[in-house]
Amino acid sequence: MSETNGTPLISIRNVSKFFGEFQALKNVSLDIGAGERTVICGPSGSGKSTLIRCINRLEKHEKGQIIVDGVTLSDAPETLEKIRSSVGMVFQQFNLFPHLSVLDNLTLGPRRVYGLSVKDANARAMKYLERVRIPDQAHKFPRHLSGGQQQRVAIARSLCMEPRILLFDEPTSALDPEMISEVLDVMTELAVSGMTMIVVTHEMGFARRVADRMVFMDQGEIVETAPPEAFFTAPESRRCKEFLNQILNH
Amino acid sequence: MRHATLKKLLVCAPLALLLTGCSANWGWYVVDPSTPSGLSNLKFMASGAYNTILMSLTAILISVVVGLMVALPGLSERRALKSFNRVYVEIVRSVPILVLILWVYYGLPTLSGITLNVFWAGVLALALSDSAFQAEIFRAGIQSIGKGQYEAAQSISLSYRDTMRYVILPQAIRRILPALGNQLVYMLKMSSLVSVIGMQELTRKANELVVTEYRPLEIYTILVLEYLVLILLVSSGVRWLERKMQASEN
Ligand SMILES: Nc1ncnc2c1ncn2[C@@H]1O[C@H](COP(=O)(O)OP(=O)(O)OP(=O)(O)O)[C@@H](O)[C@H]1O
Ligand SMILES: [Mg+2]
Repeated sequence: MSETNGTPLISIRNVSKFFGEFQALKNVSLDIGAGERTVICGPSGSGKSTLIRCINRLEKHEKGQIIVDGVTLSDAPETLEKIRSSVGMVFQQFNLFPHLSVLDNLTLGPRRVYGLSVKDANARAMKYLERVRIPDQAHKFPRHLSGGQQQRVAIARSLCMEPRILLFDEPTSALDPEMISEVLDVMTELAVSGMTMIVVTHEMGFARRVADRMVFMDQGEIVETAPPEAFFTAPESRRCKEFLNQILNH
Repeated sequence: MRHATLKKLLVCAPLALLLTGCSANWGWYVVDPSTPSGLSNLKFMASGAYNTILMSLTAILISVVVGLMVALPGLSERRALKSFNRVYVEIVRSVPILVLILWVYYGLPTLSGITLNVFWAGVLALALSDSAFQAEIFRAGIQSIGKGQYEAAQSISLSYRDTMRYVILPQAIRRILPALGNQLVYMLKMSSLVSVIGMQELTRKANELVVTEYRPLEIYTILVLEYLVLILLVSSGVRWLERKMQASEN
């Protein structure tokens, strides 16, 4: 992991998040350096999605501080614009725009947000479609693609905004088993290229290969943080051991 | 037994009278296109079609725009905006169209000094009344679009305006197209009420002809057929649009 200048790219300090009475995040702190690959795992309902959704402010945290790329998240509209273009997100359900072709899905952001011309936006879109290895699907509509292809389009759509950070929320959980590897391969390549990534996933093979650091969450707390080797061979907490036993022996 | 017979008699007698009375001397000659006077009567009746169509189309265009502008605040989380939507919808849709037409045409000049000609008074009343229904249709259509679409749009930094314009509304409009077609049909029929303030549309023409020819049954039958033709045209137009929108995705 490469922490340039010592200042983390993302800094989460004592963050708490409530849904009504229910506390989904309890005093969570985490620093992530530029180029670092973090994999978050933990049982269902432990707050993994909530945590990464707070990073691009799809959810608002109530207590604590989140600093992304030098910007402290708040209700001020300018901060939203800044962080949303430097943080991309890939969803479990892809969330492609069904009424737009693959190409239009990819160019919408660059054209409307960055003011790129159609020609430049198309060129950029084709560049990233090649990167996720589906340039030949550019003129199809999302529903004519397989799940794996759709998720790769979603990754390309995020890349088109040229973000500094990519968040993945269980990107392969909605996929048929035979399509998981094509998406993980693309993600691995991204990691190798130096993209800062936070990935919520239960794909432990991928985590071992790619992660710089594992984060285990339970009941709204970060229970354990460790490099993958230590994490998989000698987890410290009982809860983490139980969790790993469950998913590795499944 | 006796009671039932009495009831039957009460219902059937007027109907029978009407039928026998008329069948004894149907006067189809008034609208017989093979005679010069019949032909000119038919032409006179059909000449109202232009105003009926123009008035309905203008009114529906206005009501769609106003309806959308009323629907959007209804989707806001702010209570004041939400109440504006509720109050507008509940009040406007509970005023009978005929009352609204009379109120705009006769009331508005007294109240505000603004005098509208018959056409614009009619269009305004029709549009106003319909806008409350359009607002509900749009609200339902927009609400039917999943949260994931908003989140995907936010994650590529689209503004609220662009999210609505390029992501949400195109999908919502596809879904509400049948309902919009329905409103246009309704509008065509309700435009007949504007005849009471002297608008020279289909119903007014028929009324005028009845006064000179004294053949209400025949003339109103033709009137019914005129509306039927218009509405069948609208229905097939809407179907065509639906097919075309679907085809554009293949
Ligand atoms: N919008 C919401 N309103 C109320 N409660 C919520 C909301 N979103 C999440 N929660 C609750 O917060 C807790 C954490 O949810 P979160 O989605 O972050 O869990 P997760 O770790 O991502 O779980 P999973 O593996 O099932 O995706 C859960 O108990 C969930 O029920
Ligand atoms: Mg989740």
